[in-house]
Amino acid sequence: MAHTAVHQASRGQTAAHAHAAEHHDQEGLKILGFWIFLVTDCLLFGTLFAAYVVLRTHTDGGPNGKELFEVPGFVAETFILLTSSFTSGLAALAMNQGKRNQLLGWLAVTALLGACFVGFEVSEFAKMAGEGATISRSAFLSAFFTLVGTHGLHVSLGLVWMTAIMLQLRRRGITAVTRRKVFVISLYWHFLDAVWIFLFTVVYLMGVM
Amino acid sequence: MLTKLKDFASTFFVTGDPLIYGADVAIVLTTIAIVFVLTYFKKWTWLWKEWLTSVDHKKIGIMYLIASLLMLFRGGVDALLMRTQLALPNIQFLQADHYNEIFTTHGTIMILFMAMPMMFALFNIVVPLQLGARDVAYPFLNALSFWLFFFGAMLFNLSFVIGGSPDAGWLSYPPLSEMSHSPGVGENFYIWGIQISGIGSLATGINFLVTILKMRAPGMKLMNMPLFSWSVLSTSVMIIFAFPILTITLALLFVDRFLGAHFFTMTAGGNPMMYVNLIWMWGHPEVYIVVIPAFGIYSEIVSTFSKKKIFGYKSMVFSMMIISVLSFFTWVHHFFTMGAGADVNTFFAISTMAIGIPTGVKIFNWLFTMFRGRIQLKQPMLWTLAFIPCFVVGGATGVMLAVAPADYQYHNSYFLIAHFHQVLIGGVVFGYLAGIYYWWPKMFGFKLDEKLGKWAFWTWNIGFYVCFMPQYALGFMGMTRRVYTYGWDMGWAPLNLVSSIGAFLMGIGFIFQVWQISYSIKYGERDTTGDPWNARTLEWSIPSPAPMYNFATVPHVSEQDAWWAEKQAREAGKRAAAAPALEPIHMPKNSGIPIIMAAFWFVAGFGFVFSWIWMAVAGLLGVAACLLARSFQYDTDYYIPVDEIKRTEASFGRGI
Repeated sequence: MAHTAVHQASRGQTAAHAHAAEHHDQEGLKILGFWIFLVTDCLLFGTLFAAYVVLRTHTDGGPNGKELFEVPGFVAETFILLTSSFTSGLAALAMNQGKRNQLLGWLAVTALLGACFVGFEVSEFAKMAGEGATISRSAFLSAFFTLVGTHGLHVSLGLVWMTAIMLQLRRRGITAVTRRKVFVISLYWHFLDAVWIFLFTVVYLMGVM
Repeated sequence: MLTKLKDFASTFFVTGDPLIYGADVAIVLTTIAIVFVLTYFKKWTWLWKEWLTSVDHKKIGIMYLIASLLMLFRGGVDALLMRTQLALPNIQFLQADHYNEIFTTHGTIMILFMAMPMMFALFNIVVPLQLGARDVAYPFLNALSFWLFFFGAMLFNLSFVIGGSPDAGWLSYPPLSEMSHSPGVGENFYIWGIQISGIGSLATGINFLVTILKMRAPGMKLMNMPLFSWSVLSTSVMIIFAFPILTITLALLFVDRFLGAHFFTMTAGGNPMMYVNLIWMWGHPEVYIVVIPAFGIYSEIVSTFSKKKIFGYKSMVFSMMIISVLSFFTWVHHFFTMGAGADVNTFFAISTMAIGIPTGVKIFNWLFTMFRGRIQLKQPMLWTLAFIPCFVVGGATGVMLAVAPADYQYHNSYFLIAHFHQVLIGGVVFGYLAGIYYWWPKMFGFKLDEKLGKWAFWTWNIGFYVCFMPQYALGFMGMTRRVYTYGWDMGWAPLNLVSSIGAFLMGIGFIFQVWQISYSIKYGERDTTGDPWNARTLEWSIPSPAPMYNFATVPHVSEQDAWWAEKQAREAGKRAAAAPALEPIHMPKNSGIPIIMAAFWFVAGFGFVFSWIWMAVAGLLGVAACLLARSFQYDTDYYIPVDEIKRTEASFGRGI
């Protein structure tokens, strides 16, 4: 196929016009697709939650949630993550006002808070493992580490992704495409926040009760 | 050093079986032959540019089709090996452990690496054309889905010659599939092969749901949409809800095996039955995922070859959607014997039987569509006609199995084997074959030979009944599934022999089809009109094979069976208003990233299979690099200028 020839022709005036309109449609399509992806991710966590609830009491004589979970630690994690959701909202506001630097700033704060959250979680896991509460100790701990770890993995991947988007924003500014990308990552971020609320309730609060 | 290497090789490669040495030689020779032919004819660039990096849904569909036919061959050979072993009592052809591997790979390949890709082939080839769209919603993701499937399938098949095949059954129930009972790498191959291709399937579900919701031609309301597209919508929704469960289930099994966790183990509080529940929460919708598109295909074919509008369009749509919802509430019927109690079993028995109602509605609708129609017995219609009685009997034995107390008797017997083969072959395979015959001219521009096709049809069909009817009886006679041999005293010999003869007849049917395809490439009737069957939906309004942009001008639709209505209007002299002027067409650019990213998944999967962390990490880093590379790519599309569209249309004899 004559790709190059075709491509050059696309630089004509009318084509460029059509281009902008089509891009608009495409960004909308991608956002819809991402919503549906979130549905699948929701089911993914739903399955993990189901497994956790089934195995919650299967401690096999090992430590249970009450002995392991430390209230200040998981409360701090919760506040950090909720705050990061708030700052990602502020980033979206800045984007809608066309303030690129402010947008970048709030995204950076969001990512930083996300990194703190992951740091807290890693140290919590390390401490538990150090006390002999490893993933292979009991079915309860297998389910705990897998469920909470999957959430942590999501947050970590989100950090890489957010950094990539920040680089693109620096290079290209706020365009239809970067706008969609920021919108999608903030959807993702809020979604992880919502999942955390369930984790906080089902795993930690019900665990220490 | 040398002895170390020798030790490694003897565990790394599968050894000791002449069948496998034969396969090794065949694989090496085929690879050399392919490389030689591609190099000799200087086709590498062509292969890369036109196929491997293509994001064109029609080409992706054809690649799915080729891969699924290869997998049908592999799964079919597995079946024939099993039937050879069971033909007579006390045969020493296969040993017990080898037999275990073969029934495992047969099942997994037939469902996940044959039926799924054959279904995706038809999705890709047909849906955008039927909707009047230029491509799917996410062409890049579509290519990625294909390559994930492809490399997942390759990883799974590799276990045949490297490391050893999985042997814990097609759903790998723990504790058999746990480290305690399957310490080899076979189960890891199973997990990662399915996991990698499963990501692709999930993405395809999202892709086609959005395509159908958002990319329909202007004026095409959902309730005017062709029924095949409706069936794809229904299946996509099921994929979106079912596949995440599979992903997690297999991930948890892998965490058990890899990190020593206790989800499904017998110790430390693990619960193996949780796996069985989870895998069937995916597995039961999965069988509807593969059969619903077949229903869509039958609807298109019955209507086209009866020259009538489909009977009961709305009830067809509703019954498909009802089936897709009900399919999520029947999973326990696969293990009534778990002992969940009478109340739970009653619920699942009733929900299972309830599926018979919408399915029955569909059967009657097909029959009423044919009633007083001008029926043409072309190949697609033949397979459809064969499907109806076959599926009715298969469905009826399914209702027998759904009777929970009776199921304690049928459970894991050959009665069950006969039942699900009857619905999967009679429903799914017949349907996909019918679809392939029907849309073949649209894919390749020629029809498949009728005469050879009839030979294939009759050998397949006679073979099917000869093979599976005796198995119902064998089930009642006490023969359980997965036994690798039996004694003369059981009295099973005559029926098993008959069954094996039937299996080979189906094998001959497949050979006829291979012959038919190779014959028709040269001598098949060419399709110059784009509408060889005088059909009803939009894909037949464009040339065969379709140009890369599908529709030179996007059609406007105002009713069901849009192309038929258009033809009627033209015949009546009321030719529709002049087509709108051509405009440059927006197209996605080809990309090498999908195949490279999927190859990195393969590397990562292989690393996890052998617990080679360095390799797994390298593979995952490669995947991440590909994702980032794509994220930073902004120049991903181009325009086809009007001149080129005019030239292309003229080459099909269509002046605009």
